[in-house]
Amino acid sequence: MKYELVAGFETHVELATNTKIFCSCTTEFGGEPNTHCCPICIGLPGTLPKLNKKVVEYAIRAGLATNCEIAEISKMDRKNYCYPDLPKAYQISQYDKPLCEHGYIQLSNGRRIRILRIHIEEDAGKLVHRRGDTLVDYNRGGVPLVEIVTEPDFRSVDEAKEYVEKLQMIMRYIGVSDCKMQEGSMRCDVNISVRPEGSEKLGTRTEIKNMNSITFIAKAMEYEYNRQVDLIESGEKVIQETLRYDDVTNTTSSMRGKEDANDYRYFRDPDLVTINVPREMVEDIRQQLPELPEDKKNRYIDELELPEADALLLTKYRRIAEYFEKAIEGTKTPKTAANFIIGQIFRSVETESEKEQFDINVSAENLNELIKLLDGGKIRMNLAKSTLDKMLETGKKASELIDESDMGGLDENALDELCRQAVDSNPKAVKDYLAGKEKAVKAMVGFVMKNSRGKADAALAEQKIIGLIKNS
Amino acid sequence: MSESKIAKLHQGLADKEFSCKELTEKYIDAIEKDNEALNAYVTVTPETALVAAEKVDKKIAAGEKIGLLEGIPMTLKDNISTDGIRTTCCSKILEDYTPIYDATVWDILKKQNAVLLGKTNMDEFAMGSSCENSYFGGAKNPHNTGHVAGGSSGGVASAVGGNIAAYGLGSDTGGSIRQPASFCGIVGMKPTYGAVSRYGLIAYASSLDQIGPITTSVEDCAMVFDAIAQYDKMDSTSQGRKGAAACNTLKNDIKGMKIGIAKEYFEGIRDDVRKSVEQAIDVYRSLGAEIVEFDLPSLKYALPVYYIIACAEASSNLGRYDGIRYGYKAENYKDVNDMIKKTRSTGFGAEVKKRILLGTYVLSSGYYDAYYKKAQNLRGKIVQEFRNVFSGCDVVLAPTVPMTAFENGHAVSDPVETYQTDICTVPVNICGLPAVSVPCGFDDKGLPIGMQLIGNSFAEAKILNAAWQYENAANQFRAADFGVKL
Repeated sequence: MKYELVAGFETHVELATNTKIFCSCTTEFGGEPNTHCCPICIGLPGTLPKLNKKVVEYAIRAGLATNCEIAEISKMDRKNYCYPDLPKAYQISQYDKPLCEHGYIQLSNGRRIRILRIHIEEDAGKLVHRRGDTLVDYNRGGVPLVEIVTEPDFRSVDEAKEYVEKLQMIMRYIGVSDCKMQEGSMRCDVNISVRPEGSEKLGTRTEIKNMNSITFIAKAMEYEYNRQVDLIESGEKVIQETLRYDDVTNTTSSMRGKEDANDYRYFRDPDLVTINVPREMVEDIRQQLPELPEDKKNRYIDELELPEADALLLTKYRRIAEYFEKAIEGTKTPKTAANFIIGQIFRSVETESEKEQFDINVSAENLNELIKLLDGGKIRMNLAKSTLDKMLETGKKASELIDESDMGGLDENALDELCRQAVDSNPKAVKDYLAGKEKAVKAMVGFVMKNSRGKADAALAEQKIIGLIKNS
Repeated sequence: MSESKIAKLHQGLADKEFSCKELTEKYIDAIEKDNEALNAYVTVTPETALVAAEKVDKKIAAGEKIGLLEGIPMTLKDNISTDGIRTTCCSKILEDYTPIYDATVWDILKKQNAVLLGKTNMDEFAMGSSCENSYFGGAKNPHNTGHVAGGSSGGVASAVGGNIAAYGLGSDTGGSIRQPASFCGIVGMKPTYGAVSRYGLIAYASSLDQIGPITTSVEDCAMVFDAIAQYDKMDSTSQGRKGAAACNTLKNDIKGMKIGIAKEYFEGIRDDVRKSVEQAIDVYRSLGAEIVEFDLPSLKYALPVYYIIACAEASSNLGRYDGIRYGYKAENYKDVNDMIKKTRSTGFGAEVKKRILLGTYVLSSGYYDAYYKKAQNLRGKIVQEFRNVFSGCDVVLAPTVPMTAFENGHAVSDPVETYQTDICTVPVNICGLPAVSVPCGFDDKGLPIGMQLIGNSFAEAKILNAAWQYENAANQFRAADFGVKL
């Protein structure tokens, strides 16, 4: 029998606000243990939380970017559980009135992953195990998070991977999070079940907690899918439980079963007042949202007539897209800039994080200048390419690197002269060409290009050389 | 006649009748002499008191004007955080806890050079009506030390009633300011929820807790309230005082003021208490007030609603005492969970554990709807009823407690009856309304009787005005035979 995978995601995304959700401590990653703390975020007796408005704003941004409805009235609740990294023994979160609900993210296969809700909450501290001792670092405690919960709409591991990548891309675009999975600023829990293909009924699900890389998510899901199918095939039952994924052994193991599931005793946090979200505020935030990557990609394809592959590469990171858009201002065809960026500039930004930073030697204005020189026929493509390499190396402008004398190409007479020289000094190539080796003409074109220092129009040179040979 | 102790001390300081140092030393000596009998203070801070006194004396010597509360020796309930001074909530679990920041109310008063004599006794985490749930033993009633001072702010009431503090700040979650004030024959006010910042008040039940003054006169109460009722950005539920200072209208005529009486408040009230409150009603009639009768049918739900909500919030608020970061930590444990379990089992007293268990129960899945949710719905109903009442009258007059101060040990032996004595005080906490308790007589043993004036939200000025007029016409304050004689 064939089995279908059914999965849903709960993703925690750390918000990039400067200060924590309920106090004015910094949210900066790292730092000496317990130095980014104050009486409020370590929950000293008598302290009270004060909601950071930016957190609400960022969460609304995240909600709007994922097509959610934004609640007019929301509130904070306490989720009670006891763990040493949680200094108040409750996490301030949202239970039945989340800020955002009923959104979706569209996948490339046309399917929509429905977003059930997005709510705001505080992060916990971190336990540090050292030589048999356990220490607590509360620097992360109180860092704002959004939890993005999907419906169980995933039917394949590929869909899950695409979703996580898209979510990451969107959150980065709108500037609410850097979504660095390795630093824990984006963490995923996956709910997985399987069912016979064609069945409508959901199987018993397990939850894999706290995964921090897309590769692990995919591996864990595959492993868990196979494990569940094997269990069912061998007549056993899947037990509802919470699992941990071990990336070394590539297996999942039980953290706790359903019977020891926490009763969080949610209730409204009496220390915080109702969150009123005026519609004007939502509209303001909507107005300020940048064009989202999906829309951008479609526009690049439809309006700029870029191939889809190019559009995808250029829109993956907001900085690259902005760079590209600046570089094409007033140029003839966007494809030229796309080719320069993808073909040449990308060589200097190899890793994904380098691409995201897109910290390169050539400013968008300088690339724009180079393209305009090319568009205006002042330089040829091969000179443009070699100049761009020099620009990447030196950070100089194209106009600083190209001699005045090299601009404006080659006049007709000079080209004729050079072509004649090429034919005269390459008798073997002429012979080969006449013997039917058409490629032999390339050597003569090369001569022209070399001696014109790249200024010659290679195609025109080829025509002229062929003419000279045929007429001789 | 009504007499303000704070005004009198202030005048004495300003006129250089005595220095602030002399005044402070007088109180420190009195604490030394009388605290053993009253057990009002759990921590005495003579050094910090004298440092503040010296500052005030310097100002006076330099000819500077001093504020009303400047240099006045006072005390704080031991659940109000004081930077560098231990704040125990009278619990073993916080016995050695010293805050690293000041509660907003203390920050305000400290800046006005208030002279803090020390921190006063209370029921552990403010849970109780006799102060006997204190880890340090209960505070005694200055009118008869065989009786309790009341609770939970028993220490403040005992100290103020026993004249070993000129005034104090307590906290009131279900009557914890008004009940001990009533038992000790003094004035205590629970302000409107949000009028005074809760920042730094160690929480018992966050939606009910409110800090307020305990004083020997209504005027003192108004002065202290005016000083501490300020908006505080550190407390999201804070709004500060609304309208003019209560002192401005304190002595206004109350002719035509509508005073509401609900029979439900008089059910199960001891006869002598009822009689005293009825005599007070007559005083109001003679002052030209109009007495209006109305019904409060939901009042009977107030007590269960209070205990469900208070315990639910407490169970969450007190989760943080786990021995990891501060406070008491059990010895000899297997692992972290065992450590937390042992710390909480041995660090909390019986009453606190009882309320944590109750609160955890009413919030747990399967019981939430039957208890917590129902209590919240009823809370809304009681709020609505009071709203209607205030459309027909200015203030509501009621007994503060159905009886006078219990004998020592009584509350512990009959906890359910003790819970029931909160019947008159809890409704205003449920509704967030202000109420002031004023002495209105004595029982045949010489123990004080109190009545309370309840106002609409942020109508502190009105209830204090009504209270002052009564006090001025029929003052029932009697100084107890302890402490500083002025």
